[in-house]
Amino acid sequence: MEEIKAKSIDQATQEILRKAKEENIKTAWERLEAQQPQCGFGQLGLCCTICNMGPCRIDPFGEGAQMGVCGANQDTIAARNLARKIAAGAAAHSDHGRDVAETLSLMAKGQAHDYAILDIEKLKALAEEFDIDTHRNEKEIVQELARKLLAEFGRQEAELVFLTRAPKKRQAIWKKLGILPRGIDREIVELLHTTNMGVDNDYRNLITTSLCCALSDGWGGSMVATELQDIILGSPQPVRGKVNLGVLKKDYVNVVVHGHEPILSEMAVKASQDAELIKLAKSKGAQGINLAGICCTANEVLMRHGIPVAGNFLQQELAIITGAVEVMMVDAQCIMPALKEVASCFHTKLITTNPKARFPGVIHIEFHPEKAYEVAKEIIKLAIENFSNRDKDRVDIPKQEVDLVSGFTKEIIFQILGGRYRASYKPLNEAIISGRLRGVAGVVGCNNPKQTHDYFHTTLVKELIKNDVLVLQTGCSAIASAKQGLLIPEAAEAYAGKGLKEICEAVGIPPVLHLGSCVDNSRILTAASQIIAEGGLGEDLSDLPAAGCAPEWMSEKALAIGFYFVASGIYTIFGASPFPILGSKNLTDYLTSGLEQLIGGRFEFCADPLKMARLMLEHIDKKRQALNLRPVMYA
Amino acid sequence: MKQLYYKVDKCLGCKSCEIACAVAHSLSGELFNTLQEEVLSLPRKKVLYYKDKNYPVSCRHCKEPKCVDACMAKALVYDKEKGMVLHDTERCVGCWMCVMVCPYAAIRPNLKTKIPLRCDRCNDKDNPACVEACPTGAIIWQEETGLRV
Repeated sequence: MEEIKAKSIDQATQEILRKAKEENIKTAWERLEAQQPQCGFGQLGLCCTICNMGPCRIDPFGEGAQMGVCGANQDTIAARNLARKIAAGAAAHSDHGRDVAETLSLMAKGQAHDYAILDIEKLKALAEEFDIDTHRNEKEIVQELARKLLAEFGRQEAELVFLTRAPKKRQAIWKKLGILPRGIDREIVELLHTTNMGVDNDYRNLITTSLCCALSDGWGGSMVATELQDIILGSPQPVRGKVNLGVLKKDYVNVVVHGHEPILSEMAVKASQDAELIKLAKSKGAQGINLAGICCTANEVLMRHGIPVAGNFLQQELAIITGAVEVMMVDAQCIMPALKEVASCFHTKLITTNPKARFPGVIHIEFHPEKAYEVAKEIIKLAIENFSNRDKDRVDIPKQEVDLVSGFTKEIIFQILGGRYRASYKPLNEAIISGRLRGVAGVVGCNNPKQTHDYFHTTLVKELIKNDVLVLQTGCSAIASAKQGLLIPEAAEAYAGKGLKEICEAVGIPPVLHLGSCVDNSRILTAASQIIAEGGLGEDLSDLPAAGCAPEWMSEKALAIGFYFVASGIYTIFGASPFPILGSKNLTDYLTSGLEQLIGGRFEFCADPLKMARLMLEHIDKKRQALNLRPVMYA
Repeated sequence: MKQLYYKVDKCLGCKSCEIACAVAHSLSGELFNTLQEEVLSLPRKKVLYYKDKNYPVSCRHCKEPKCVDACMAKALVYDKEKGMVLHDTERCVGCWMCVMVCPYAAIRPNLKTKIPLRCDRCNDKDNPACVEACPTGAIIWQEETGLRV
């Protein structure tokens, strides 16, 4: 009993973990146990497998080898390993962005009939940013925009267009350091080049290149993904939804979408509402089709359609273990290879859809934007046909199903605060300036079984809002807070400090705002830039009374996000275990202190959520002081 | 009486046992903090390499220990009940005679503290740290009498 509580604070998770134990089904938590002890060299970043003279290891106790065969020391080895992870994380986000841009390109050619431009206003605004004449007809604008956006990936010189969204002072810092990304792909390639055997041996220079690569993700690939998804799939509006495993329905055909790229899952939403398919489902004895999501694909369909969220990263296996899932269709990223084994314990069909993300021996129905709806219908049909294979005696759906409000974007925050006709960030700035609001925090990132699931996210978020900090969330972190009931306006009454509560009550928002998926962290960057532009809170992002945190991180993508936040001047804390670099004291010191002088932001590693909150509050207060703001109103 | 045995064919030389040993004998008992301690805890076990095989080596607690005979400070005593050579670090003068006479090169001089390092089988713990740390099960902790070759 106690053991299960140490694994997760979420009751639905605990309940399914008990079931898994009874049925002897292994999950990430057991696999983590089986991995113990995890290699100390790896944890410290002291193992180098880059060239074939190795693998080499540096003895952290100073007795054995202090250099790899090539002569690389602990600083070079740890920095190169870290840099490669950042490149991979940036590549994942950016390749996602590219796929969306390609869909737009196909739309312009009239080859993706199932999609339409759903946010024309945003299309025009974006076209203007890219110097496109918006008086032309829509098709021409789309064509030109798709061409220009795809060109951002292969661009070789000058800089990415979205970088101009940042405050002037920030752009000047990037320019001075020579880290204005030229092209999205180019920076990833260059970073990988520099980590090759015998190229860059200066850990500080490797970090500079890493910062540039990360910027090409945050202000490049991820931003392309967010902006275009809004245009093609519709910009989110505040929407009510439900979260946790209880959203799976006993008498319905349950289809779970999982992964990150919403282009196909958008069609799955449409197919799940198709009258003919619903009729077919009813003919098989089900009451209808119930679509639910896991991870960021869930966040995307939640933000735009209020589709329920079954859970976050560590709940992907658990959704299947409920025994009630007919199909889990996956696209890319954060999809555990273990799903195949877990699905084989039930009637659940695992279906891969992305040619880049396949499992041996798993049904693959490949997605093409040209026949998107057809593919989605085929998958839903398979789910309906699988309904009769469900073993009703093995179905255990936890009852937890919690209300949430999602769908906040930088445009929406704008409108809510100022009203639709005088949209403005002014009230937010004024709230911070007057001290009613202490500041703003971004709490984002994954789950990691090394820590009690959801505990770090929610403990941190509760402590921040208690101290009048408005919390912006994305990804699995947002889902964690949603499950604890923090994403409803009523949460302000229960958890927020007096100042934040007053604001939430005045404008009717939750104290914790769900901004979307992990590529939507780019929304935080643009929102922060607009806060600076509004005035009164300094001239650079690093002046803001703001901080970021990824309390339960595990993915390389989280590293890329952390790096673009720090490169944008934000103080950022990482929980779970620290970056695998602690074997290099120089690199650790550089990232956690030296970097601040260079770029205005720095990293911190911390394994206690209350301490994280304290560090973030201290940082916010320090920035308030530097701006000569009044003391916090209700301290 | 339990002894440490090794399946050398299974040892992949990852040296996890070395790290675990150093961590187990540190003040904090935790990897990241171990490296921050003023007096660095060093492993009492080393993985040595000879002709394509890895050999995790630490004190074998011989029944007729040459090191005990050689110790001029009487800092080493063979405890028959425990089946272990006990090392009184207070009495030890760091003459390295034990290091010299050990036929297995299992005693290691700590040049910083001027005191030799030797395996204490993690004293009162059920399983020595190296046994727990070995990812391949190459280190075996079992009764002497149960040994099957």
